[in-house]
Amino acid sequence: MEAHNIYTLSRRPTIVQTIRQSLTMAYRGLLKVRYTPEQLVDVTVQPILFTLMFTYLFGGAISGNVHNYLPIIIPGILAQSILTGAVTIGVQLREDMDKGVFDRFRSLPIARIAPLAGALLADTIRYALVTVLTFTMGYIMGYRPEAGIAGVLLVSALVICFAWCVSWIFALAGVTGRSAASVQGISMMILFPLTFLSNAFVPVNTLPSGLKWFVQYNPVSHLVTAIRELLNQNTIGADFWLTIAGGLALLVIFIPLTVRAYMRKA
Amino acid sequence: MIHPVLSSLRNPRLAVEAVGLVKHFGDNKAVDGVHLSIEAGRIYGVLGPNGAGKTTTISMLSTLLRPDGGHAAIFGYDTVREAHVVRQLIGLTGQYASVDEKLSATENLFLFSRLLGLSRKDARKKSTELLESFDLTEAAKRPLSKFSGGMRRRLDLAASLIARPPLIFLDEPTTGLDPRTRLQMWATIRQLVASGSTVLLTTQYLEEADQLADRIAVIDSGKVIAEGTPAELKASIGVAALELQLRDPGCIQTAHDIIRQMLGADCHISPEGMLSAPLADPGLITDVLLELRNHGIDLQEVSVKPPTLDEVFMAITGKEKEKEKLINA
Repeated sequence: MEAHNIYTLSRRPTIVQTIRQSLTMAYRGLLKVRYTPEQLVDVTVQPILFTLMFTYLFGGAISGNVHNYLPIIIPGILAQSILTGAVTIGVQLREDMDKGVFDRFRSLPIARIAPLAGALLADTIRYALVTVLTFTMGYIMGYRPEAGIAGVLLVSALVICFAWCVSWIFALAGVTGRSAASVQGISMMILFPLTFLSNAFVPVNTLPSGLKWFVQYNPVSHLVTAIRELLNQNTIGADFWLTIAGGLALLVIFIPLTVRAYMRKA
Repeated sequence: MIHPVLSSLRNPRLAVEAVGLVKHFGDNKAVDGVHLSIEAGRIYGVLGPNGAGKTTTISMLSTLLRPDGGHAAIFGYDTVREAHVVRQLIGLTGQYASVDEKLSATENLFLFSRLLGLSRKDARKKSTELLESFDLTEAAKRPLSKFSGGMRRRLDLAASLIARPPLIFLDEPTTGLDPRTRLQMWATIRQLVASGSTVLLTTQYLEEADQLADRIAVIDSGKVIAEGTPAELKASIGVAALELQLRDPGCIQTAHDIIRQMLGADCHISPEGMLSAPLADPGLITDVLLELRNHGIDLQEVSVKPPTLDEVFMAITGKEKEKEKLINA
């Protein structure tokens, strides 16, 4: 048996090693999906089902007909589905950390951050899936965004990046939570008000004043507005920059919190 | 055979050196000042009952837990300050399978190999090699949920050996295995040491420690209560135990005193009224039985048993503890 390059006796892993190990951990996440494809239900069935359901349910009432409702609902569904997809990271992390295999990771000479970074990386694929499916459903139902393919790509990049920023919140819930079930519960409690109490499904001017106030300041509303402006008017407005600023703010707050909580256990 | 990496290490002779390790969990002192000194190239057994602090000790030595007191070094590298170096030198096979349940055996080994820095090609080669030598090739593609306990344990050990670490921790490697699989595991552990690795194994079975280990530390309530070669330990507890059940429980105290006097060792009375005492010289049985008859004490049952872990503890922890136990019972 050959001696391997792990006996470098280095005091800490290099940046290159850290990146390679994180990619390997991400690959592990994807391998697991192959055995439990039901893990993808939230990012596959949900965008398809919700698009159909909400469009035909609310289309007539809100926009007079289904076709006129599509430019409102598709950005809404996109924002909602992608944020739902971001929740899973917490549950997955918690499940992983409760298992024996996590002890092995911790006993290996790898960067402490690799399992967390890998999980977060693997999740971007899930977000990409949500984006593709939502736009495909929209297209099938007759939605043709003003902004064309370039706008769709820009929006996809925006939502995937934003979801990644948001997933750090749920990663923190996962790292600090007591059990996978409690993490799921807490995450849903955060997620539901944020996505439904926004402008994702109904115009803000129909809401009572207290609720209107909340909806206007809800970051999800800004995300939805940014998507709508980009897709339907081909413009990059204030909401686009607000969303990016919000995402960056989340990273600034939650990366240190999550990493610190995680390192204490890793 | 000497492990190839040893010569480049800070302290190639001393695989483990633990000084006064302490770990609390709340009010519970799981490990309470453990000292260990383990020479390279040997099998070292840590023997103790459930909850004695074996797993906690191993967790501290393998960098999973930070000690609350004391310190430990692996081949001279501190487990806290130089944890990353220590991790390059150890393999850990836990009490519970530390492999990915949702993946196949091949995928598990491939992923761990990749994490350790092997190229794709080498990782694939290494996985195949290990699966072969652990007799898992046939099951390689199956998800682990279909694995038997023994197969899982073998895979777990295989995963610890990818990097051929000079020190391997085995936490109760045979607990829950059937006798045949246990013997296989023993053979594997002996091979490891023959190829130059040092093995620290924990066990609840005296027989296992006796069979495998060059030295044994007996641990109870978070403390090392005895340390030595198996022969030394056995000499201190007698090679076997004499067990007697009396026909008339009323005579138990007299019998107790007689046995103590004749065997010159402590005698234990179980809650069921069974007398047991370590028996260093089997020839003394005759004397004990004669003396009992002289006192008119009738016996219901007599047996001589090989020493069990209970006797080790009884002999080592001594009379005080036994009395306490009796009072509590």
